[in-house]
Amino acid sequence: MPENKRQQPTDANIPADTKNTVKNGVKEIAANNAKRDNGTEKPKEIVKAIRDGFGEGIMLAAKDDPNVVALCADLTDSDRLEEFKKTYPDRFVEVGIAEQNLIGVSCGMAHTGKVAFNASFAVFNPGRSWDQVRVSMCYSNANVKIYGGHAGITVGQDGATHQALEDVAILRCLPRITIIVPADAIEMRKATLAAAKTPGPFYLRGGREKFPQVTTEETPFEIGKAVKLRDGDDVTIIACGIMVREAMLAAEELAKAKITARVLDMHTIKPIDERAIIDAAHDTGAIVTAEEHQITGGLGGAVAEVLCGHIIAPLERVGVKDTFCESGNAPDLMDKYGLRAKDIVAAAKRAIDRKKGAGKRDTLKVSGSVIKRITKTKKR
Amino acid sequence: MNNKELALLSNTARQEIIKMLVRSKSGHTAGSLGMADIFITLYYDHAKTDAKNPGWEGRDYVYLSNGHICPVWYTTLAMRGFFSIDELSRLRQINSLLQGHPHNETIPGIENSGGPLGQGISQAAGCALALQRDKKPNRVYCMLGDGELDEGQVWEAFMFAGKYKLDNLTAIVDRNNIQIDGYTTDVMDLEPLADKFRAFNWNVIALSGHDHGAIKKALAKAASTRGKPTVIIAKTTPGKGVKAFEDKYEWHGKTPSEEEGKRALEELQAERANIEKRWF
Repeated sequence: MPENKRQQPTDANIPADTKNTVKNGVKEIAANNAKRDNGTEKPKEIVKAIRDGFGEGIMLAAKDDPNVVALCADLTDSDRLEEFKKTYPDRFVEVGIAEQNLIGVSCGMAHTGKVAFNASFAVFNPGRSWDQVRVSMCYSNANVKIYGGHAGITVGQDGATHQALEDVAILRCLPRITIIVPADAIEMRKATLAAAKTPGPFYLRGGREKFPQVTTEETPFEIGKAVKLRDGDDVTIIACGIMVREAMLAAEELAKAKITARVLDMHTIKPIDERAIIDAAHDTGAIVTAEEHQITGGLGGAVAEVLCGHIIAPLERVGVKDTFCESGNAPDLMDKYGLRAKDIVAAAKRAIDRKKGAGKRDTLKVSGSVIKRITKTKKR
Repeated sequence: MNNKELALLSNTARQEIIKMLVRSKSGHTAGSLGMADIFITLYYDHAKTDAKNPGWEGRDYVYLSNGHICPVWYTTLAMRGFFSIDELSRLRQINSLLQGHPHNETIPGIENSGGPLGQGISQAAGCALALQRDKKPNRVYCMLGDGELDEGQVWEAFMFAGKYKLDNLTAIVDRNNIQIDGYTTDVMDLEPLADKFRAFNWNVIALSGHDHGAIKKALAKAASTRGKPTVIIAKTTPGKGVKAFEDKYEWHGKTPSEEEGKRALEELQAERANIEKRWF
């Protein structure tokens, strides 16, 4: 469906008192300087879609390196490549609605020394192009960067067919690929630049909806290194994508109940920051993962794999639970499918309860009781 | 290079293919033998390559989209000196250089990893587009199987190459009329194939894939054609050179036994003597 014919979606989480401003060619919505209760000025909240970070990032990368090219499969504006196309027409390639060819053509261009970024929606690319990603791109170690746009349920009204909730899972099993799910537009800009400078296959996951930013220009970004956005002792929330913001809101909520939570922005899903996960399990003894993706195979799966290989700590996964979703606006879908701060709060409490139930670090006891419970259920 | 020399080199390549497949006991016989004349002509008479420096910037890029016929590619590259001819004896063995299907990273002279059908032509088209945009003179060649044309991806790539007028790209279709389940006519009829390419804005040349003179002429004609990519539809005999294997789809993916190999080599040696005597 052409983007411009689509009904304009309701922007998730944008305070009602915001107004549109256009700055540097990128649409930003600056929150009005709402007064806090105590009368101090609240800092301006920048509300922006992750895809805008991709558009800005590739413009900066293109300026840095004349070998950067961009390819698109009939979604140029949706994937924020319009400015690139206008500025660098000789470095832009329209492939048409052909995602398998999109990957192949990108790889062929990379063979001549290009740094080939290609963009479509995540449901189509890597959804329809997995074999090409596997052989032409990963096995061949091609210097190709996929931008998977409009990922997750927040794409909303288009419905289950267009809500990519499996893209990270199907790519995470491929050797060599680096997978980045940035928390916001600022982090996506940094990730795009880093991808351009790092040889090899990349997947950058972006979304359509506008959200308040959680990171700042100063937040460090290094591929494969989690960002500790908040520290705490009782539980660690490991999140990626738009769920990082929900994790921060959840941590605030937990603080009211005297529970302190560490929040990790795990932007790189592969290679995952094992050290940060092991430290979190060691320091806080309870883990929650939060992702806008199926809870199998994505961030939750990756964290579980690290935990079971190194250290045992109760893990609760927040995400879409083995179901296809439906049409609706982004906030309603996040409510219905359990992708809210309150769901993270509940998961954190469950994880902490499990930790307490086990006694201090008495992990064997946990395993024993779980095994007993499973055996009982089976007998029934 | 004259046609007699090319015929003798093609005969050498066929003998090496038989030897390597007998030893490996695994691999694809029919297509490899069928494409020997085209690979030899391309590498000895036409394409710019440098065995000592496979990544040379001025090289022509050769892609193989139907990766399973790599025994003929490996043999040609070894004969041209990209790696030792001794490597051929270790095809498909553990810890060896030559993988069952091509791998670009480890094997010198191999431009693309391939096997899953349809992927090579997209990469060749991307490579040709990048060279066209950079106004570079290098040419791009891509071999495809006819059974491979069942894949949707190849038509995405053909449409793309036509749209961008990639006249630096030459595709060569091995029109041998066989695929695993039978004759292409029965599995999925491709005809009218030349018309399909013309409809996708390609320049079409049809020839016998065993006629070295015609292959040379077609490659030159493709290189001088402007504004369109060229496809050479090469009618070939699968298993060419060994009567027992010729035109039998059963030989797509099986290898000769020791005894079959011995008889095949005798037949190829007899043919070699004929080539020596023949007037070209």
